Amino acid sequence: MINPSTLYGASALILILVGLATALLKRDLIKMTLGFSILSAGVHLLIVALGYIKGGTAPIIDKAEMLKGASDLTVSANVMDPVPQAMVLTAIVIGVGTTALMLAVIVRLYARHKTLDVNTLARLKW
Amino acid sequence: MKALISLIALLFLGVTLWQLLPFFAPAEVLQGVAAHYVQQGVVENRGANIVTSVIVNYRGLDTLGEVVVLFLSVTGVGFVLRRRGGVCVPKPTPASEIVETGARLLMPPVLLFGAYIFIHGHLTPGGGFQGGAVVASAVLLLLLANRDRHLPHALLSWVESLSGLAYVVVGLLGLIGLGSFLGNDPEALGVWNRLFSAGIIPIIYVLIGLKVGSELSALLEVMTQAGERE
Repeated sequence: MINPSTLYGASALILILVGLATALLKRDLIKMTLGFSILSAGVHLLIVALGYIKGGTAPIIDKAEMLKGASDLTVSANVMDPVPQAMVLTAIVIGVGTTALMLAVIVRLYARHKTLDVNTLARLKW
Repeated sequence: MKALISLIALLFLGVTLWQLLPFFAPAEVLQGVAAHYVQQGVVENRGANIVTSVIVNYRGLDTLGEVVVLFLSVTGVGFVLRRRGGVCVPKPTPASEIVETGARLLMPPVLLFGAYIFIHGHLTPGGGFQGGAVVASAVLLLLLANRDRHLPHALLSWVESLSGLAYVVVGLLGLIGLGSFLGNDPEALGVWNRLFSAGIIPIIYVLIGLKVGSELSALLEVMTQAGERE
């Protein structure tokens, strides 16, 4: 049987490569933005999969069985790593911000040049 | 030629990463700081959701930075798409009656659900950012139903500024009273797994929810109107 962690890693790798390929090979600016979104989805999946613990549950301690005792609040249950999940939450929010900024610049570029083809926007080429 | 170079680079990257995959094995136990967060998280913060404890308390300063980055990107979008004087605005086509009625029906429950998500951020999955996004989706529904509707800008910017300011004030109160920025008072944590528990965590997450909701709503309005002007 395939290791679930390897499966997550392989899917993340495929998403990253598809996103990079879209960003590099497409000439339409909107499609390039989509490529960056797919790329970041792959990276998010990779980071969350890094926090996988064998046989663990979600890091939400809402049942008394997950604690050591009635008065002792130390957690004894086997849960996933919360740190990568918190990092990915941050990354998703920052991703929304950067995508919005990219789309805003694209709206401006289209208003000025009436094209979304990146090859005709040669102003910044060297 | 350019496509060929890109493809070769992608192939190289793919083969390199593919060979790393067998080492991508799950761990058996948590180690280091993650183990401390999980084992002591309920003792130190009383919050049921450990991810929320990490985001709002243990790494609260980073979350403040994240909120600042979101604010900056929304400001950047507003700057890039700022209104130009003297541009003729064509009248947008009105939405169909189904969309309008549906929006009027769905708006209050969606707003309520967003508020529920950010108020219960320390108990259930979700929190300020997710709840704020749900609130903004209700605003998007409103904007799609009535294309010429304008949001109350003064109210939005006041909510956003005041909640951002209150976040910093809560942090500074911790610095003054407990000696650490965004410190959580161990005397005022309450009972585990109740709504009024976890000290400053629900307060900060409600503030983040209001801030993110108003920021994303302003962002949506700027973007929909910019699309109509071009």
